[in-house]
Formats: sequence, C-alpha cells, structure tokens
Amino acid sequence: MIAFGVIGMLIGVVLAFQLAFPKLNYILGEYGIFGRLRPVHTNGVIYGFTLGGIWASWYYFGQRVLKITYHDYPFLKAVGYLHFWIWILTLILGVVSLLGGITQSKEYAELAWPLDILVVVVWVLWGISMFGSMGVRRENTIYVSLWYYIATYVGIAVLYIFNNLSIPTYLVAHTGSLWHSISMYAGSNDALVQWWWGHNAVAFVFTSGVIGTIYYFLPKESGQPIFSYKLTLFSFWSLMFVYIWAGGHHLIYSTVPDWVQTLSSVFSVILIIPSWGTAINMLLTLRGQWHQLKESPLIKFLVLASTFYMLSTLEGSIQAIRSVNALAHFTDWIIGHVHDGVLGWVGFTLIAAVYHMVPRVFKREIYSGKLMDVQFWLMTLGIVLYFSSMWIAGITQGMMWRDVDQYGNLVYQFVDTVRVLIPYYVIRGFGGSLYLIGFFIFLYNVVMTIQKGRVLEKEPAYATPMGLR
Amino acid sequence: MFTFLEKNPFFFTLAFVVAFAVAGVVEILPNFFKSARPIEGLKPYTILETAGRQVYINEGCYNCHSQLIRPFQAEVQRYGAYSLSGEYAYDRPFLWGSRRIGPDLHRVGDVRTTAWHEKHMLDPTSVVPGSIMPAYKHLFKKDADFNTAFAEAYTQKEVFNVPYDKPGGVQLGDMQKAKKLFLEEAKGIVDHMQDPEIKAALKEGRVKEIVALIAYLNSLGQGRIEAPKASAKGQ
Repeated sequence: MIAFGVIGMLIGVVLAFQLAFPKLNYILGEYGIFGRLRPVHTNGVIYGFTLGGIWASWYYFGQRVLKITYHDYPFLKAVGYLHFWIWILTLILGVVSLLGGITQSKEYAELAWPLDILVVVVWVLWGISMFGSMGVRRENTIYVSLWYYIATYVGIAVLYIFNNLSIPTYLVAHTGSLWHSISMYAGSNDALVQWWWGHNAVAFVFTSGVIGTIYYFLPKESGQPIFSYKLTLFSFWSLMFVYIWAGGHHLIYSTVPDWVQTLSSVFSVILIIPSWGTAINMLLTLRGQWHQLKESPLIKFLVLASTFYMLSTLEGSIQAIRSVNALAHFTDWIIGHVHDGVLGWVGFTLIAAVYHMVPRVFKREIYSGKLMDVQFWLMTLGIVLYFSSMWIAGITQGMMWRDVDQYGNLVYQFVDTVRVLIPYYVIRGFGGSLYLIGFFIFLYNVVMTIQKGRVLEKEPAYATPMGLR
Repeated sequence: MFTFLEKNPFFFTLAFVVAFAVAGVVEILPNFFKSARPIEGLKPYTILETAGRQVYINEGCYNCHSQLIRPFQAEVQRYGAYSLSGEYAYDRPFLWGSRRIGPDLHRVGDVRTTAWHEKHMLDPTSVVPGSIMPAYKHLFKKDADFNTAFAEAYTQKEVFNVPYDKPGGVQLGDMQKAKKLFLEEAKGIVDHMQDPEIKAALKEGRVKEIVALIAYLNSLGQGRIEAPKASAKGQ
C-alpha cells in the first residue's frame, strides 16, 4: 500500500531533526558565535524540523485521505523524490552559507537570494505534488488536514516571496559579492513587510501546518471522530482571516503608523478565539476516552500538544496588548513564548506523528512504550523549566530597564540587567538539555523500531502497537 | 456553500486567498503610498559605513542589539532621542532587531568613541565588566569588502534614487574615486586607533573590517543628520 516515496520522506524527518541540533549551542549559552548560530537554529527548526515533519505527514496521509497510491502515479512519485532531494540540498547550502556569514539579516528569511530561488523551486514541487494528488483523487471531499495544508502552501508562498523581493547588487554594479542583495523596501516599510512574514511564518508553518497534522493523527490514533465539524469550519476560516492582521504586533511602539499597531494588537487578542476553538476541538475529541491518556504515551503527546497550543496562544495574545508589550518586547519573555509553542505544540505533535507513521510504514511494533513515556516526561519537564525561567527572566529584565529612582534617574546600568539573568539562562540550558535528551531517546526508539521492532502482520486500524519494554 | 468548497480544491484555495488578502490590503498598502520619507538633512551611508553595515549584518549583530529606541522615558534616558521613521529611509534592510541581549545601538555614535569600540571588540569585559558579548578578534584580521559595499551604494543610487553625488552630500563617483574616498575616511578612523597592524595595513591600501564597523557604529545617532541650516547652505 505504501509508496516508496513515503519512506524517503521519513528519512527526511530524521535528517531534519539533525538540522535542528544547532539550537543546542543557543540553549547551552555558548555565545561564541551566537550571531551566526542563531539563524542556523531558527532556520533549522522552521525549515528542517517543522517543514520536514509536515512534508513527511503529507506524503504519508495525503495518499490515504485522497485514496490514491503513488504506485499508480509515477509522475507524482518522481515529484516527491525531487521535492525531497532539492529540499535537502537547500538545507545544506543554507547551513553552510549562514555559518559563513552570508545572510539577509531578516529574521527567518536570512537565506541569500540564490537560495531563496531554490526555496521557491522546493515550494513549487510541493504544490505540484499536493494539487496533482488532489487532481487524481478517488475521494470526493478534501479532508480538513488538507485545508490547513493548502493554507500553509499559499500563505507561505505569498509572504515569503514578498518579503524576499530584493535586488542582487552584482547584477546592477557588476562588482562585489554575487550573494549580496538589498531589500526592495526601506526602513519602516521593510520592517512591516518583514514582520508580516516573521509573524505569519509562525501562522502558516507552526500553526496551520501543524494543526493540519494533528487533525489527521489525533482522530486516527485515538479512534475517535473529531468533536465538532462546525467548530472545525469556524476555527479554520476565522483563523485564516484573523491571523494575518496580527503581524504588526511585533512593531508596537515602533515607527510604523499607530493605527497599524492598534489594529494588530486588537486582532492579536481576537486571535484567541479561533486558536482555542481548534484546541478545544482537539481536546473534546477525546471525550469519554480519557483513559487512553493512561494507556498510550502517544495520546499523551497529542493531548499535551493541544494544551501547549492553548497556553501559547493565550500568552501571545496577552503579549500583544500594548502595555504588556511595552514591558515584554525585546526581553526573554518573548523567547519563552516562542519555545512553549515550538517545543510543546509543534515538537510534540510532530513526534507523535512520527510515532504513528513509523510502525505503519515499516510494519513493525514500536520498540519501547516505556521509553516513550520516559521521553514524554523528560521533555515536558524540559519545556516547563524552559518557559518558566524565560518568563521570570523577561519580566525581571523588562522591569529593571524601566526602573527609575525618586529623582527620575535610571537605577540600573544595562549590564546589571544582563548579569541578573545568568541563573535563568542556566535553568533554561538545563531545561533545553532535558528536551534534547528526550529527542535522542526518540531517535533511538525510532531506529530500534525499524530494526528490531516486532513485525506486524497487518496495519493497525488505530492505536499504535508498542512493546512493553 | 462550505461543502461545495471542500469538494473543489481550486475554489477552496481561491476562498482562502480572499480571506487571507484582506489584512494585507488594509494594513500594508496605505503605508506604502506614504513610503517612509527621509527626515531633513539625512545623509546616505558612505562606502566605508556601508562596508561596516555589511559586517554588522554578516556577524549577526542584530540578533542581540536593537536599533529602535521606543518613546519611553527610561529608553530615552538610557539610549537617547526616540527613533523616527524618516531616520531609516536609506536602511535596506532595516535592522531593528527583536531582542536586546545587549543595549540598543541606534544612537551609539553619540555615546562611544572609536578608541572605546576598538577596546570593546578586542575584549568586551575590559570596558564593560560582566559583559557576555563575545570578542570579535577576527574583524582585526580580515579586510573589509570594498567592492560589495560599492556595489550596494551604486545600486542604492541607481535603483532607489538615494541621493549620492549631490553637491555637499555624500560622494560616490566611479570605483577609483570611491576607493580614494574610502581610504581617506578610513584614515580618519584609524588615526584614533591603537593597533599598529591596522595602521600598517592602511598604508598598504587595505582597510580592516573593524575599521569599517566602527565607521558604521559612529554613524549611528545624529552623525548622519546635518542641521537643517547647514543642509540649506550646502545646496
């Protein structure tokens, strides 16, 4: 049943995980080459880990929900392979160029212009794969996961292209570096376009892409139908409409027009409604089935992911309120917010997705359910340490920056506010390490499943079988 | 209606684009028509400053330092006058940053001297005890990339109409003239530096990255803005 291309994509996920590794340097506080490593970290997690997981999921469930197999469509299979290999090539070139200091400096869009063109090629290939598969589908209705994937596809395409419009200086002046280009926009306009992208990369990769993923794997794994079709419809369309407005909340108290800041702030608060709509829909899918939480570590991952989604979206809305933003902006509180989202929501969903796919693709029982459990608790503890230390650090620093004495003079030097954060950085490093150890356990468990897991006769209908070791 | 959309990926995508595009049209387009105009007397970056800005970008300084002073009492006291949109008119890309692991640099040119920067980049804790910034010794070894900086300034002038080569303003000229100005300006910085190797390199016509970076940092603040009167005289 399973096309060969799917396996290639699964290996892609493993490779993608390896690309997420540079974040270690960040978490452990190795500031040696922080400025160069950080873009490798963010790009690795966004384009390597998250997109890798989304694409692996697409090649896995796409064929299932559309009731096709790539054995019948060699063209689509070839597109899948090409998509995979060009993506890997882009990632490798991206890491090398970023470490070499070749960057556009726009956050999450650091890649130089020749690589941007490669990214577009990768994206077009995914489009051919996705819309091509829908063209030959044997199932009339497009499953909800694919709504979200379509949104990811179109949303990212538009935002990425507009943000990366730039002029390669070599083509104009015929001298200097081939890699260098300058943005089509200047100053405040550039900032506006950049945060349109920067925020909505979160919207369409970390949010809509991952919601699409969980909408397939949660019902499949639990054997329960989605709680409410109407809630699904409502939260999809309202999320799509509302999310984009919120981009400007990165620019509160900046030099973009006030009314843009206010609109963004208001819509960021409204955003809580579709976000919680989705999360509640996920959680209520398990109504009457909460005992599965005890029985299956995989369900635990999915449920906690939904819970972290609620936490993170609530936090985001709070941070977008002007007065809170005045304190939180430029501090570690923002870093904390990003990481409870990415580690908890994105990471847990994709890990569960891989655990669901591997036994079915390789026809093997999960090597160890106990290890999954250990991994789950280690990672959860890691995330809690991570975000709680960053919350405290961020608020502390924000308060110290604005602290004035009775005569209105600043109380602290900047460096005082740096020193006070060191203990929190250590706690964060520890939390991050726990998450990483969990990740190694994950890798080990997946590899052992493929090599040593008990062979399955046929594909399980829902709950993933796992060993008792 | 919705069941119809769910059976037609094409119309579904179209519906999505409509829902998605509204915000962009409302929030982004209007600002572009009033595209950020330079404040009066703002000078474009010189080639040395441009080269320094490229070093700043390549080293990822924006990951730890913001260049956006918000209109709060505490920030104005700490960093200087709050930032104005028109100050960024020649910034491609903008470099506001999103996290202050180190202090804001938008007015650092008003606060620090060349000699201070030199010491700081070699060993940050020598001037700021407790600093967690890494040392940037390699900037003292590598040559600044004149050609790419020239290409950038040239593109700014040709494509975006940035006012280079105006009487009394920043001069660009052809590559030879630009190189001459580049070296002259570098001399002004190097004269205030200690490192003998950098002085020796300049005599051979080579400018180190650190020199360009300091030129850029010195330009942040009021350095690139002439008083309105002076600018009127210049024209």
